[in-house]
Amino acid sequence: MNPQFSWDLIADVQQMLSYPFMVNAVRAGGIVAGVAGVVGWMMVLRRESFAGHTLAVIGFPGAAAAAWLGVATGYGYFAACVGAAVAIALLSPPTRPGGLGGFAEESAVIGTVQAFALATGLLFVSLYHGFLSDLTNLLFGTIAGVSSRQVALVLVAAVVCLGLLAVIGRPLLFTSIDPVAAAAHGVPTQLVATVFLVVLGIAAAAASQVTGSLLVFALLVAPPAAAQQLTARPGLGIALSALIAVAVTWIGMGCAFFSPYPIGFWVSSFGYGSYLLAVGYRAGLERARRRAGPRQAQVSQMATT
Amino acid sequence: MMAMLHHAFIIHALIAGTAVALLCGLAGYFLVLRGQVFAGDALGHVAYTGAMAALVAGLDLRAGLFAATIVTGLGLGAGSGKRSDDVAIGSFFSWVLGLGVLLLTYYTTHGSGNNGTANVNVLFGSIFGISEHATVIAVAVSAAAGLVLFAIARPLLFATIDPAVAAAAGVRTRLLDALFLALIGATVAEATQIIGALLVLGLLAAPAAAAARLVSRPWHGFWLSAALAAAAIWIGVSLAYAIPAAPASFTIMSTAAAIYLLTGLLGGREHVFRAGAAVG
Repeated sequence: MNPQFSWDLIADVQQMLSYPFMVNAVRAGGIVAGVAGVVGWMMVLRRESFAGHTLAVIGFPGAAAAAWLGVATGYGYFAACVGAAVAIALLSPPTRPGGLGGFAEESAVIGTVQAFALATGLLFVSLYHGFLSDLTNLLFGTIAGVSSRQVALVLVAAVVCLGLLAVIGRPLLFTSIDPVAAAAHGVPTQLVATVFLVVLGIAAAAASQVTGSLLVFALLVAPPAAAQQLTARPGLGIALSALIAVAVTWIGMGCAFFSPYPIGFWVSSFGYGSYLLAVGYRAGLERARRRAGPRQAQVSQMATT
Repeated sequence: MMAMLHHAFIIHALIAGTAVALLCGLAGYFLVLRGQVFAGDALGHVAYTGAMAALVAGLDLRAGLFAATIVTGLGLGAGSGKRSDDVAIGSFFSWVLGLGVLLLTYYTTHGSGNNGTANVNVLFGSIFGISEHATVIAVAVSAAAGLVLFAIARPLLFATIDPAVAAAAGVRTRLLDALFLALIGATVAEATQIIGALLVLGLLAAPAAAAARLVSRPWHGFWLSAALAAAAIWIGVSLAYAIPAAPASFTIMSTAAAIYLLTGLLGGREHVFRAGAAVG
């Protein structure tokens, strides 16, 4: 395979989609990115981005174990991430307002869990005696090797994930914005937080299949953070976040297809780039508003006198 | 088991490993107390990219490691005054890691006759691949960093437990912040060669958190943390020697995690996290 890039973009896309493995990759990537954009928006709002990262890292030994056992790595990611999400939800004390991070000992525990998960993944990879590129692919993502069955698996996971999110959506938004008031209104905050953690596990596992375990921030955090810079309205923000994530993934896949460089680099660069653009746009908007502010005040003052 | 000590590579692994573990334990104790474990995570990401950049440029791997981590450590320390949110920091360091992958691909596709294992060695370390020369460097770096840490230890503890009072008493907390994170940078760079950029975090956090659980006096915890880290290396190396299928980085990290888990089960209620909260 030696695709040649031309500036005729339509021909490029046609060339890319003439390979069945790329069709699968584009389908799976689109589904995954859409879910990551939606779930990630909620996650960033709840300030649980490191929980998402930790869950994805725990996915790595799952995927490596699946490779060792001869099962598709997709199952490994989902089993490990969802299992870890349930474990965290069950083990965490009920008084804590959800999420990981903050308190000094907690961050030490997260660090230990992450390092241990990565070390366990290393064990499975070395037991598997795989090629060195397998390790790189699990950690940093790949576009090759997505089968039609894995596309179906990702689709089922996406439906489950978005279905659960739709059920808990309104109370989740309420507890995320004002936990005290939500609890006072009889919202079962603990249950909602637990269900969301499982949803996050599914989304993290899905995102890992595009970006690898280490670069999930690119899909799960950067597009939602960019969307939140651009708009504060939940509906618009979630749509925008999903849109950015899908665009980042598909453009990243195109670049990875036509260049020798891996998808992890492209997706993380475009994801981070979209976040920077959004931050810059908002800063520019605020500066313009500040500059316009005093002049408007003057005008209104002149009008009153 | 004594037959293990007849191999030169085991001796090198134990000497270099102990030196690095002592430093990780001592520096990690402050890192955990100060709630800056994520700085260790970030520096691990930067270490990977730095090492890959050095390989692409044809330099010694260590040059890239130390330059990248120490500069980033200073930068993090200088920026720690203003509170930046975790989304911005996390996205940035995730992108840095992505950049490392780009450099890795460039290195493996454009380099001629280079070893393809460099990636795994930087990510997960190669304690059994440490040469005599590297052992000497590891001991020297650990000793130098240890001396700097001892020199700033007292004001650092003061600034950690009560930053406001320390600043009022004339402790230069900003300078201390930057110096400490630069020191963590050097620690991460040296430890990356032993246990890998991805696992340094565990060696910094697990023994320190265990020590902080076991004893409530800071200085006792400080030394205990170093001892536990060294124990993790010794037990881990022995296990890796006894079980050839298990990589040394896995056995070391498992030992460190097991030590923390044990203290979690045994540990008393009155540990330094709560004591610190009571003081502050």
